[in-house]
Amino acid sequence: MNYETVIGLEIHAELATKTKIYCGCKNEFGGEPNTHTCPVCTGMPGSLPVLNKKVVDYAICAGLAMNCEITRYGKQDRKNYFYPDLPKAYQISQFDLPVCHDGYVDIEVDGKTKRIGITRIHIEEDAGKLIHDDYSGTSLVDYNRCGVPLIEIVTEPDIRSSEEAKIFLDTLKSILEYTEVSDCKMQEGSLRCDVNVSIRPEGETEFGTRCEMKNVNSFSAAVRSMDYEVKRQIEIVEAGGEIVQETRRWDDTKGVSVLMRTKEDAHDYRYFPEPDLLPIIISDEWIEAVRSRLPELPAERRARYINEYGLTEYDASVITTSKKTSDYFEECVKSGCDPKSASNWLMGDITRYLNEKELEPSDIPFTAKQLASLLSLIQKGTISNSAAKKVLVKMFEEPDDPEKLVEKLGLVQVSDEGALKQMVDDVLAANPQSIVDYKAGRDRAIGFLVGQIMKASKGKANPQMINKLLKEALDNM
Amino acid sequence: MKISKEEVFHVAKLARLNLTDSEAEKLSIDMESIIGFADKLNELDTEGVVPTAHAIPVSNAFREDEVVPSYENELIIQNAPHAEDGCFVVPRVVE
Repeated sequence: MNYETVIGLEIHAELATKTKIYCGCKNEFGGEPNTHTCPVCTGMPGSLPVLNKKVVDYAICAGLAMNCEITRYGKQDRKNYFYPDLPKAYQISQFDLPVCHDGYVDIEVDGKTKRIGITRIHIEEDAGKLIHDDYSGTSLVDYNRCGVPLIEIVTEPDIRSSEEAKIFLDTLKSILEYTEVSDCKMQEGSLRCDVNVSIRPEGETEFGTRCEMKNVNSFSAAVRSMDYEVKRQIEIVEAGGEIVQETRRWDDTKGVSVLMRTKEDAHDYRYFPEPDLLPIIISDEWIEAVRSRLPELPAERRARYINEYGLTEYDASVITTSKKTSDYFEECVKSGCDPKSASNWLMGDITRYLNEKELEPSDIPFTAKQLASLLSLIQKGTISNSAAKKVLVKMFEEPDDPEKLVEKLGLVQVSDEGALKQMVDDVLAANPQSIVDYKAGRDRAIGFLVGQIMKASKGKANPQMINKLLKEALDNM
Repeated sequence: MKISKEEVFHVAKLARLNLTDSEAEKLSIDMESIIGFADKLNELDTEGVVPTAHAIPVSNAFREDEVVPSYENELIIQNAPHAEDGCFVVPRVVE
């Protein structure tokens, strides 16, 4: 039997505020343990929280970027549970009146637009960090992250495959980056997701029983956990079994998920309105003020790149996925680059270098202006395309103006006809068989000869001129 | 509304309270009368009334996103029964 996969996601994003959600402690990754803390975020008795206005601002901004309704009268609620990363024994979150609800995000799947519903976006506080000590049987608690503001984005169960989920997560990440609501640093845990998966026979309209997966630390881990879960559920059903609603922990190293808890011992959070905090009333003026500051979003940029710069749809979406790459691209174009070659270099050699060294687009050490001058050196014929690739690597290693590096590396293209003619004659003299082959109509011989000349010139010969001179020499023989 | 002993034990477990059998017995009767008292409110017609989360008509108390110096680490952990390397020490819990 064929099965349809149904996926819903819950994404937690740390907000890019300067301070925590309920106190003035720094919202900053790392730091010595318990040095970004105060009585409020360590839950000392008698301390009182005061909501950071910027948190509501960012939540409204994320909501507008995801086409949500903004809740005019909202409140915060206590979610009660005991775990030492939460010193108050409750997390302040939102239960029934989240800041945003009923929105959507459009994603591009195989050239078609698919709409993924956003159920809600609410604000809440992050928990601290536990360091487990196996030897002593104790845990050390660091509350630096406790009280860092989060938004939790909950999707409708509209996703039908792990590929769609990956595209959705990438799209969501770029929206959060463009709006600067979150810095989205995955390795620092700024963006985390929980995955809900169920399956149903193809054609069935009722949803199957779902399982939730926790501890998914990256988008690629999310994809692996979904694929594993779909397979696990199909195996159970095919063997005549029944799916049990449960929460599972994803172990990415082993590539398996293990049971955490079943529905019977599901958490009983006993939410109630947070008495220490007042209702949040959001006016039309507030919403419009946030709307007026919304930047150009990835989908709009993509359309502009296609229409204005003539990029292909694929190129435009690769370039716009990361705001950093996209901003860099815009700067290149402003510095006079041809948009198409700028996008080719960004997506080709530059991305390859970044991936190899596990770097981010923000780590590019040279300016867009410097890249623009490199591309103009190719256009002017000063250096060949292959020499430019060498200069680019050098620009990563020892960032400098490409003109200087070209000189340093001795890569100026030889376009002097006399010198090139000499090289052609030398190579022809050394390869009589190739001349015979060429006369016999084997065109491959010419490629071999060009290669030999390029090699002799250490890659510096102007290839167009070599082709021309070689043809002339051969035809005169 | 009847409150069973099992429900009392469940609520006690959520609050991390250890109850003896006789304590649970007594609490089931107490809780029944408390819930029963609240049940009286259900007799009111609340059709069209927005649920009240906050009783006083004040809203939007915010702070600006400005950094205030945090406490010294020594000050923060001085109340901890056990501390190590600037951290609070708790029994090992893995969910």
